[in-house]
Amino acid sequence: MEAAELTGVEVIDLASTPLRELNRRLHELAGGARSWRIVNPNGAHAVACGLDAEIDVEIQGHVGYYCAGMNKLATVRVHGNAGPGVAENLMSGEVVVAGSASQSAGASGRGGLLVVHGDASARCGISMKGIDIVVRGSVGHLSAFMAQTGRLVVCGDAGEALGDSIYEARLYVRGEVASLGADCVEKDMRGEHLAELSDLLGRAGLDDVDAAQFRRYGSARQLYNFKVDNASAY
Amino acid sequence: MCGIVGLFCKAPELEPRLGQYLAAMLEQMSDRGPDSSGVAVYRDPAPSGWSKLTLYSFDPEMSWDALCGDLAGTFGGAHEAGVRANHAVIVVEAEAADVERWIRGYRPDLRVMSAGRAIEIYKEVGRPQAFVAQFRVADIEGSHGLGHTRMATESRVTTEGSHPFSTGLDLCLVHNGSLSNHNRLRERLRREGIEFQTENDTEVAAGYLAWRMREGASLQEALEGSLADLDGFYTFLVGTADGFAVLRDPIACKPAVLAETEDWVAMSSEYRAIAVLPGAADAQLWEPEPSIVYAWEKALV
Amino acid sequence: MHDQTWQPGLRESYLYDRNVIAEIQRASREGIYDIRGFGAKRRLPHFDDLLFLGASVSRYPLEGYRERCGTDVVLGMRFAKQPLELKIPVTIAGMSFGALSAPAKEALGRGASEVGTATTTGDGGMTEEERSHSKTLVYQVLPSRYGMNPDDLRRADAIEVVVGQGAKPGGGGMLLGHKISDRVAAMRTLPKGIDQRSACRHPDWTGPDDLEIKIHELREITDWEKPIFVKIGATRTYYDVQLAVKAGADVIVVDGMQGGTAATQDVFIEHVGIPTLPATRLAVDALQELDMHRKVQLIMSGGIRTGADVAKALALGADAVSIGTAALISLGDNSPEYEEEYRKLGSAAGFYDDWQAGRDPAGISTQEDTLAARLDPVLGGRRIANYLRVLTLEAQTLARACGKSHVHNLEPEDLVALTVEAAAMARVPLAGTDWIPGRYSA
Repeated sequence: MEAAELTGVEVIDLASTPLRELNRRLHELAGGARSWRIVNPNGAHAVACGLDAEIDVEIQGHVGYYCAGMNKLATVRVHGNAGPGVAENLMSGEVVVAGSASQSAGASGRGGLLVVHGDASARCGISMKGIDIVVRGSVGHLSAFMAQTGRLVVCGDAGEALGDSIYEARLYVRGEVASLGADCVEKDMRGEHLAELSDLLGRAGLDDVDAAQFRRYGSARQLYNFKVDNASAY
Repeated sequence: MCGIVGLFCKAPELEPRLGQYLAAMLEQMSDRGPDSSGVAVYRDPAPSGWSKLTLYSFDPEMSWDALCGDLAGTFGGAHEAGVRANHAVIVVEAEAADVERWIRGYRPDLRVMSAGRAIEIYKEVGRPQAFVAQFRVADIEGSHGLGHTRMATESRVTTEGSHPFSTGLDLCLVHNGSLSNHNRLRERLRREGIEFQTENDTEVAAGYLAWRMREGASLQEALEGSLADLDGFYTFLVGTADGFAVLRDPIACKPAVLAETEDWVAMSSEYRAIAVLPGAADAQLWEPEPSIVYAWEKALV
Repeated sequence: MHDQTWQPGLRESYLYDRNVIAEIQRASREGIYDIRGFGAKRRLPHFDDLLFLGASVSRYPLEGYRERCGTDVVLGMRFAKQPLELKIPVTIAGMSFGALSAPAKEALGRGASEVGTATTTGDGGMTEEERSHSKTLVYQVLPSRYGMNPDDLRRADAIEVVVGQGAKPGGGGMLLGHKISDRVAAMRTLPKGIDQRSACRHPDWTGPDDLEIKIHELREITDWEKPIFVKIGATRTYYDVQLAVKAGADVIVVDGMQGGTAATQDVFIEHVGIPTLPATRLAVDALQELDMHRKVQLIMSGGIRTGADVAKALALGADAVSIGTAALISLGDNSPEYEEEYRKLGSAAGFYDDWQAGRDPAGISTQEDTLAARLDPVLGGRRIANYLRVLTLEAQTLARACGKSHVHNLEPEDLVALTVEAAAMARVPLAGTDWIPGRYSA
C-alpha cells in the first residue's frame, strides 16, 4: 500500500495486544493507518522494527532492546527511554528518543537520523555506516567505535575511547571527551563542517544549540594499512 | 547467561509486598534464564547472640524439627522459622560459623544456602514461574531482596550452582556475565581457606569478595578489588544486611538498569522487570557507569 | 614428500624444521604475524580415523540404485514458517564476496541450485549474482554487519547469526587492502585499499541471553518466516550448543578447527579450537541432553572432503554438513594446471594458501578482474554440482552398505575407530574391542 493512501490513527495497547500482532500490522499496513500510537510498551523488545513505509509511530513509554531496528522511511518517536540497540542498522527515516538510550544506539546504522534527547550510553554509533546521530546529552565509552561513515553529534560529553578504530565518520562533540580511541584525533572545524553541523542540529530540532561551541574529531588514518611500528595500537 | 533483579524498600509500607514484587520481576526475566532461579531476602533479623541460616535438603522426608532438636542440644536454643519447599530457615543461639561447622561435621547431607542474621536464600533448578510457586515467593515480606534467573554458561545446572551465592554473613551475590580467570582464582582462594561447592564462576566471585572482606576490606574496597582481580564480563548485584550494591566491569557489555522512586530503589538487567513495580512509569531511570560501585543502605537508626 | 636435499649426516630437528626456521626468520624481517588463508594444515584426528561396519551376517545391505537411500533434509522446523527443504545433506558454507570473486560466488550458487541445496553469504553481504543463482540462500549476520540490510534479510531463505568460525573462534573478519576493490569497498562502506580491521563481537549484543533477544528481533523483522541458524567455531562446543538452543536457534552450525578462512593469522588457525570430530560428538550430546536432537538441526563443517566424511558426520548425529575449502578446490583452487603461476607466486599446486593476497591464478580468492575472468561461472557451477553429486552418491553407498534406507539412519554404532584419540573423541569403540577411552562422566 502506498504511503499516500494511508490515513487515520491506529492505537495499539501492548498490554493487551501481542507484539507479533503489532509488528505484523505495521509491516502489512492493511489497516491503512498513516499514524500509529503504541501504549504500554513496558520495556518490550523489538517494538516497531523492520518498518518499510512512510508512517509515523508514537510510542508512549519505555521500550526495551532494538526498538525501530532496521527501519526504512518511517518516523518513530519514543516518549520514554530506549534499551540497547535502538535504531540498530537504521536504513532511512527518523527515530527520536525523548528520554535516554542504552548502549549501542544506532549500531551499524546505514542512513536516516537518530535523535536522543537524553543521554546515550556506551557504544553510541558503534560500527555506523552512514547514519546521522544527534545526542543532546552525553555518550558513554567506546562511542563511534569502528565508525565507518556518517555523523555523530554530541552536545554533552563523550566517554573513554571515543572513535576508537574510526574510519571516515565525522564526530562533533561540544563537551569534554574523556579520552580518544586508537587513530582518532581532533580535527579542524572549517566552514563546511560548521555548516554540516548546523544542518544536523537543525534537522534534530536542536536550534538552541550553537555549532560554534563544538570540536570535530575523526580518523588520523594511521591504522588503515598495517605498519609494524603501530603494533601497540592493535 | 542471566537475568538479575533487586529491590530495596525505602517505604516500610512496601515491605509486606517485597516477595510479590520480586516474584513479578523474576518472571519478566524468564527468557534470560530458563535453567534455575533464586532469591535472597533480608527480613526478620535474629536476636543478638543468635544467627539465622537457610538450609537445603534434597531429602523429601527431611525432619527439620529433629535437626532443631539436635542443634538445641548443642547450642542451647534452636528453632525452625519457616519452611519453603526443600529449604528451611533455622535460628540458632550461636555464632553462624559455629553452626556451619557443626552442620558440616554432623549433617553433611545438608547445604547451607545462607548465614547471618537477616538474610534468607532460596534457590532451585527450573523455570522462574515454577520456582516462584514452589517457594511461595509472593508471600515473603522483607526490607530488601535480590533475585536471579540463570542460563548456565559453563557449569552444570544444579541447585547449588544457582544464584544467589552467599559469600559471608548476610552477604550474597548475583551475576550476569561470564568470568574468564575464575579457575586459577578458585585455586588461590582455596589455599586461603575459602570453600567451593561448584565449578561455577559466580561462586568464585562470591568467594573473592568474602575473602577480601575477611581480610579487612569494606564491601566497596572488595568490589573495587574485583575490577583488578576478576577478568571477564560482569554486572554484579551484591546484597548486604543494610542494602545492596551494583558494579559493572570496565567493558560493560552486559546490561543494567537502575530505577528510583520515593518508595523504592530497584535494579534489573532489563527495564521490563522494573516496569511491574508501582510507580515505575515515573521512576528516575539510569544506567550504572562501568567500574563504579553504586550502593544503597538503610539509614543508621 | 620426496626430499632431495638430504644426504648422509644431515639430521633435521623435529621442533625447528625448515618450515619453523622460515617462519621465525620471516617474522624477524617483517615484524608482523603471518596471515594466510586455508584451514588448519597440521595433522589432526579426523573422520579418516573412523570406519564403517558394513553388512554382515547380522546386517543386510540395500541394493545400489534400485533400493532407495534417502538424502533429503529439512532445516529449521523449530520456529520458522518456511523451513529449508534440501535434497542433499551438504550445503555450501559462508564465504564472503570480497574473499571470493563474483564468478566464484555465482558458480557456487549455480552448482548448489542444480542439486537442490543451499549456499551461504559471507562477511560482506549478499550479491545479486549469488541471490539470483542460488535457489536457497542463507544470509549471514556477522559482527561487522557489512552490507547488512532488511531487504536482503527478507529475500534470504534463512538467516545465520555468526558467533564465530572454526579457523578463528574469537576472531573477526579480515580482508587486506589489495582485495578491497571499488565494488567491495562500496558494499562494505569502506575506503578502497585499506586493510579491513575487524570486530570480533557483535556491536549490539554479547552473550546468549542477549543473543536470544537479537534472534527475536530478526524474527520480528522477517515475520517469523525464516529459520535462524547460529554458527559457532568449535571450542566449548557442549555448552555453546546448549546455549544456542536456549537462545532460540532453529539450526546450529558448528565449524571445527579445520574449517577454512580467506585470511587470518596462522597462529589462530593452528592453535585455537577443537577438531571437527570431537566437536560433532559434543554437539550431538548437548542436543540429546536437552531432548532437542533432530528438533534443532545440526550442521557440521570443517574438513568435509569426501562422501565418507559426510556419512561419518551424519552417523555421529549431524543432520547435514557444510563444505567451504572443498568447494573452492572443486572450482579449481590448487589445481596442477596453474603450477607455473603458483611457482611464480612462491608456492606450488597443493601448497597454495595465500588466499589473503588476492592473486589467485584460479580466479577464486581474488578481486582482480583479469584473474577472476578465468573462472567461468557456468563451468564452475557444473563442477560444484558434480562434486556435490559424488559426495552424495558416496554417502549413499556407505549408508546402503550399512543397511540404511536413509542417510539419517546412520548411527554411531555403525562406526569403529582406528586410534585411541579418535575413539575417545568420537566416543566409538576401538576396532575389534569394546573399549571407549575417556568416556565422560556425568
